[in-house]
Amino acid sequence: MKPRHKRAAIIIGALAALGIAAYFVLNAFQSNLVFFFSPTQVAAGEAPKNRTFRIGGLVKEGSVKRDNLTVSFVVTDTSKDVPTTYTGILPDLFKEGKGVVAQGKFDADGKFVATEVLAKHDENYMPPEAKAALDQAQIQKTIKSLK
Amino acid sequence: MIPEIGHFALILALFVALALGTLGVIGGQQGRADWMALARPGAQALWLLAVISFGCLTYAFFTNDFSVSYVAQHSNTKLPDIYRIAGVWGGHEGSLLLWFLMLCTWMMAVSLFSQQLPDVMVSRVLAVLALVAVGFLLFMLITSNPFLRLSEIPAEGRDLNPLLQDPGLVFHPPMLYMGYVGMAVPFAFSIAALLNGRLDAAWARWTRPWATAAWICLTIGIAMGSWWAYYELGWGGWWFWDPVENASFLPWLVGSALIHSLAVTEKRGLFRSWTIMLSIIGFSLSLLGTFLVRSGVLTSVHAFATDPKRGVFILLFLAAVVGGSLTLFAARSGKVRSGGAFALVSRETFLLINNVLLTTAAAAVLLGTLYPLIVDALNLGKLSVGPPYFNAVFAPIMLPVLFFMVVGSFARWKNDSVAELSKKLGPVAAVSVLLGCSAPFLAGPWSWLVALSLSLVFWIVLTSLQHIYRQLKNTTNWKVIPLAYWGMHMAHIGIAICVVGITMVKAYENEKDVRMAIGDTVEVAGYTFRLTNISEVPGPNYTADRGIVELSKDGKVLRTLEPEKRTYFSSSMPMTETAIDSKLTRDVYVALGERLTDSSTPAWAMRVYYKPFVTWIWGGCLLMALGGALAALDRRYRRKAVATVPTHAKGVAV
Repeated sequence: MKPRHKRAAIIIGALAALGIAAYFVLNAFQSNLVFFFSPTQVAAGEAPKNRTFRIGGLVKEGSVKRDNLTVSFVVTDTSKDVPTTYTGILPDLFKEGKGVVAQGKFDADGKFVATEVLAKHDENYMPPEAKAALDQAQIQKTIKSLK
Repeated sequence: MIPEIGHFALILALFVALALGTLGVIGGQQGRADWMALARPGAQALWLLAVISFGCLTYAFFTNDFSVSYVAQHSNTKLPDIYRIAGVWGGHEGSLLLWFLMLCTWMMAVSLFSQQLPDVMVSRVLAVLALVAVGFLLFMLITSNPFLRLSEIPAEGRDLNPLLQDPGLVFHPPMLYMGYVGMAVPFAFSIAALLNGRLDAAWARWTRPWATAAWICLTIGIAMGSWWAYYELGWGGWWFWDPVENASFLPWLVGSALIHSLAVTEKRGLFRSWTIMLSIIGFSLSLLGTFLVRSGVLTSVHAFATDPKRGVFILLFLAAVVGGSLTLFAARSGKVRSGGAFALVSRETFLLINNVLLTTAAAAVLLGTLYPLIVDALNLGKLSVGPPYFNAVFAPIMLPVLFFMVVGSFARWKNDSVAELSKKLGPVAAVSVLLGCSAPFLAGPWSWLVALSLSLVFWIVLTSLQHIYRQLKNTTNWKVIPLAYWGMHMAHIGIAICVVGITMVKAYENEKDVRMAIGDTVEVAGYTFRLTNISEVPGPNYTADRGIVELSKDGKVLRTLEPEKRTYFSSSMPMTETAIDSKLTRDVYVALGERLTDSSTPAWAMRVYYKPFVTWIWGGCLLMALGGALAALDRRYRRKAVATVPTHAKGVAV
């Protein structure tokens, strides 16, 4: 093979590999995006019915109930609530009145079943997603009160 | 007084670094020997200032000087001594100071171990590093000064985040930073070469040990972080594809590509532009990692505080570094064009393929890491990319890497033939596939993915041993075999061992979350766990509920495990301390959850895991790092002679 052909072969090979990789990547990417919804958005029916998504806000005071390893609690952005259940061990910093982000799906009865409750790593640290949900709800309230 | 000295040392360091940077660059361009001669002493002075500054902050921590705001926020009189020292880098400001100290340490090392380099090269390399230091010093002095005093001195500090109160804190951050910052050294060598307009085999030989050294530190740092997360967080996971983990993994992937591309540049004078490009990308990704971790855009154990000013500064710095170096690259790359030819079947090709695959993997990880941030920044909504994405993408890209790794280390430079390669590798491949396909039957349900990756593992190990055996047979004196040769095989076997761990854990791990009252038993993977007691135990700055769990198999008691749930006084923050029984081929892992108060009998939530071969993951990383160390210590890097013609190897050393 002439050097020029060889170089062409290498370039074509590399491009083909890149193409295959790009296909894998984008395919996997599409199906693994997890969108975030605030409790207000969930209440407005914006959340998907058959797809995993995230919610975030505060764990409502007095809402945590345990039944063996199944815990039910309410995620709130102070304006709307989402009743949630989770089975398993909660992260250390899960507490009433503190921020929380949960990932899961609606079950048949329209209840949010979390498969994962995300841990914060510092008691003073608020997950940005939870904070955004609270801020959004606060803004809505303020706008309403001005009207 | 002491904190002021530290602060002053930082300001002084800024001026020294500025002088070193400008004089080094201008002196190099104008060929002024007197300015260039300042580089080594300048770098050493900078290091001294960094040590003084760091020492002052450590002193403030050790003496509980809560008048220093940073100390007040991250320490406490009840904190054990060791964490009062390690606590220096337990927060944002201090970890930046550590970053700076590490950078100066690398500069010091370059200034000491660069006797064989021409002065102009040394002065340019140190000047570029000094300019990087200027960026970080400005960052610290403007946005994150660790020495700021409080007007009202609190009686007690707020304490270190309990998660960080672990021996992991002592080793993981310094090691990882050493690696992050170490990527600045090959970057500086590349910029110096671009300024020089000359990029030859000698340049590659100077750069290689530094790139390898940085890569070693990154490897160990990442492995330690993974191990720490595994035993500390209590979720039993060792890799979460968390953006911060990805941030450290990206430079590692690119660094792995870089050390191999440098090999080709040294041996054959090829891939020069690519090598330069990789070193620029590698360091840029280190900076990006710093941005991700330090700007507070992420939810993570590593995100200490949110201050948009800091994020903007790092982003500007990143833009300046990337923009500047790419502009220089565009202007000068014509001069460093590669020459030489190689056949389609040759070691060069296989190294190139793996380089492309490694960078593709890095690009895929980067996409998954940055996409949510970009979408959020553009106000298009909030989303996250889950671990399934990374798993789905990463394995198909990395499996071919393992394949070509073997072929590449067997192929000859310049030209080889498929027939000859398959003659050398074929028989071992057949044996490996046989072993790889039968091994899963011993472990549990058979799956083709496990069979495939174990086959590759056997192939890597057996071919390496075969290669070493032949090498020993062909040389009369084994001492003449270069260290780099042993390093290469050791690192490759390390990868194989790491892959065993990953494959086995992924395929055969077992976990159970259960409710346990005292006297209850649970069984996982043939092991029986019996909770015999739970009692309250005092600690230095916490109290703990300590469970006593009896581990037994086939009716024989193996040992007791003592998982704890700690509550720290200062923050009333609960913390899970896991108990792990670690053996060569498996870990058994118990974590204590919360106390369940719903019924009359006291019971606890417990999490038990069976993790086959999990320690092999970190063992493999350690072996990789050791292999890297052997390669970096090869005696040819310490030779004084400066050859400008690429040396054509005879198929031995890489």
